[in-house]
Amino acid sequence: MDTTRLIIVAVGGQGNLLASKVIGEAALISDVPVRMSEIHGMAQRGGVVESAIVFGDAQSTIISDGEADVLLGFEPSETLRAMNKCNLNSVVITNLAPLPPFTVTMGSSKYPSLNVLQALIRKKTAKLIAFDAAALAKEAGNVMSVNMVLLGALIQTGTAPLSAENIKEAIMKRTRKAFVESNLKAFELGFAAGKP
Amino acid sequence: MHKLLTEHPGQTMLLLGNEAIARGAIEAGVAVATTYPGTPSSEISINFFQISLESNLYFEYSTNEKVALEVAAATANSGMRSMCVMKHVGMNVAADALMTLAYVGVKGGLVILTADDPYMFSSQNEQDNRYYAKLSGLPMVEPSSVREAKNMVAYAFDLSERLQEPVIFRTTTRINHSTSTVVLGEIREPKTRGDFKKDPFNYVTVPAVSRNLHIRLLDKLSQAEKISENSEYNFISGNGIWGIICNGVSYNYVSDAAKDLDIGNNVKILRIGFSHPMPQILIKEFLKGCQKVLVVEEGEPFMEETIKVLAQEEKLTLSIMGKGKDLFSRLYEFNPALVRQSIATYFDVAYKPVTVPDLSDIPEIPQRPPNLCAGCSHRATFYAVKKASEGMETICPTDIGCYTLGFLPPLAMGDFLICMGSSVGSSCGFSKVTDKKIISFIGDSTFFHSGIPGLINAVFNNHDFTLVILDNGTTAMTGQQPHPGVDMKQLNLNGYGRVSIEEIVKAVGVSHVTVIRPYRVKKSVDAIKEALNFKGVSVVISREMCTLYAKGLKKARGNPFFVSEKCKDHKDCISELACPAFFIEDNRVKIDPVMCTGCTVCAQICPEQAILPIRDKN
Ligand code: SF4
Repeated sequence: MDTTRLIIVAVGGQGNLLASKVIGEAALISDVPVRMSEIHGMAQRGGVVESAIVFGDAQSTIISDGEADVLLGFEPSETLRAMNKCNLNSVVITNLAPLPPFTVTMGSSKYPSLNVLQALIRKKTAKLIAFDAAALAKEAGNVMSVNMVLLGALIQTGTAPLSAENIKEAIMKRTRKAFVESNLKAFELGFAAGKP
Repeated sequence: MHKLLTEHPGQTMLLLGNEAIARGAIEAGVAVATTYPGTPSSEISINFFQISLESNLYFEYSTNEKVALEVAAATANSGMRSMCVMKHVGMNVAADALMTLAYVGVKGGLVILTADDPYMFSSQNEQDNRYYAKLSGLPMVEPSSVREAKNMVAYAFDLSERLQEPVIFRTTTRINHSTSTVVLGEIREPKTRGDFKKDPFNYVTVPAVSRNLHIRLLDKLSQAEKISENSEYNFISGNGIWGIICNGVSYNYVSDAAKDLDIGNNVKILRIGFSHPMPQILIKEFLKGCQKVLVVEEGEPFMEETIKVLAQEEKLTLSIMGKGKDLFSRLYEFNPALVRQSIATYFDVAYKPVTVPDLSDIPEIPQRPPNLCAGCSHRATFYAVKKASEGMETICPTDIGCYTLGFLPPLAMGDFLICMGSSVGSSCGFSKVTDKKIISFIGDSTFFHSGIPGLINAVFNNHDFTLVILDNGTTAMTGQQPHPGVDMKQLNLNGYGRVSIEEIVKAVGVSHVTVIRPYRVKKSVDAIKEALNFKGVSVVISREMCTLYAKGLKKARGNPFFVSEKCKDHKDCISELACPAFFIEDNRVKIDPVMCTGCTVCAQICPEQAILPIRDKN
């Protein structure tokens, strides 16, 4: 099976570890070989959390610079920061709701303009899908479901070898009962938003 | 039931490397597990802890790695399969026990897990612990994947019992924190009771005994080498005249590279999983069939040096390379592209790397350093110490925990750190030879781990500094593990004792001891000032629960605050406290009510008293 390499970047607390769990579970359900690795040492202290997910026959669990087929960014400036993982053929999906780091609040750095950011990503990759995932999460009834919204957009692009059905089954299995309904709704909204 | 106790052999499960290792131990019938928490190994013990609550497994968080290994040394010598888990630097702490335990050996299997951290994702160094196997003369195994890691644990236990020696199980972060599917095996019933047979001439390591034991150790080492020669974990795949010898995660990158470069017919790969002692005959035969050989290993040239020696013994002159200018570095971790590139370079294979986009025109992206949580009690303590020491020239040795982050501006409290407990010992040295005021910081768990001997030293040698013990009731950084000062009843766990930091400090002989509640800013500043003015060793115990932990225990304060109209935009709250709950919107300072824990510290320092509880809003 061909190898597909997916990078997810997020800020600690945005739930990307749960997103990778759901992806892993969906891969298990559909018999797609999957390997993942995470760096989550300081997740709870507001740092950057990165997951690498490799589908297919490769044995490596990490992804080198320039070798991601898909980049899924939970926060726009983090998506931009992770551009070194992309190449001209990569597909990038990003949330557009910023979570400015504290260095911005302190006035020691400036948050990049979202328009410039999108133009740059578009220029350097094959495709960019960008939308406000936080708004859709809210619409789904759970502000914490940004991760599920973005999963929806990811599956819609067809870049990951997983079906919407498998992901939904994994959401039901792996996310907390009380949130399953809003998570599924968030997934659907993201799926629709991912459409070109 | 805990998922790692699932009985269905043959079932496929998606597991984190650390879960797979814990499962491997359960399948091997582990009866005792001990640890001091440390990333990247922590999840192994978190799982053992949970499992111990619903099975016969005896698990303990020991005060430090040395104690953890001593406990396991005794249980293993009472015939119980035992596992001792630590991060790589923990091995330095346990090393004293390790070196002579190797002489004494074990009866029941003992597996010592060391989790190395190439690139230092969450460590103070990237030492290569494979050298501990060489130094101690103990056998060592290293998995390349999550799946293999699980199976290798049982192998390590069997090996340990066969050789009657502890076995070192070495992982790296990318094994511990990778996830993949694992096939469950049968669970072996653990032994529930051990027994120790007196045999002082084999167990009491006085010189006359140890002289014999060292002979025995060397003998076991040569037995281990024979086993290594035929171990299923040292294997050759492919055939060709180019050779690659690799271990651990590098094996994955090499396998992928051979495929990507389409050199499967030219190259054979020797994967070393039983890496101490190395299989000498196997390696020599491998070398003889090769034109040139590349050694792919993260960290130090551990295998490379041995392989070169073996080649010399056989008078082989082929090129053997690994670490070197255009090849591999001793620094950091490897990745697939790096390994692919180096293989292409060394064997002169045509290869065009993917074009990485030119990112030179990307605007500067704001840094996102990790920050103490909103409402973290450490922030309050650092602020109070800063205020109390205003005008003084200070040196602030710090220690290992969340509070290490206090070294970043604007708190900027932290000037020197080398290892667990070093805050106290180094304060002794700084205070002796400099004219500055020494104020050092240590967390509660770290104090128990290795801060106490330094404090005894300070009292005995009459040093002059103030030690601030940050007592937040848990081992916060690694995931809230308990330590001897924790009230275990709060966690609904019975059968534990409790050690008071205050009583230890007093018993050690520190005559100036104060306890502060850091959320009371003015009182804390006053108390710290007094401690700083004391000549000799003074200790300030700053006691307030970690807010994240408090949230988990449902003991959080609640009552978030907001910034009222009275705000005159001094921004002291932001520039002096840097609490992440603050943000700026429309040029006004605001507080995120979801993040705010109601610690009240900012409200106490605001010169306009503009920060008020939300419940008073109307
Ligand atoms: S986990 Fe606890 S101790 Fe660590 S930064 Fe957060 S509040 Fe502070």
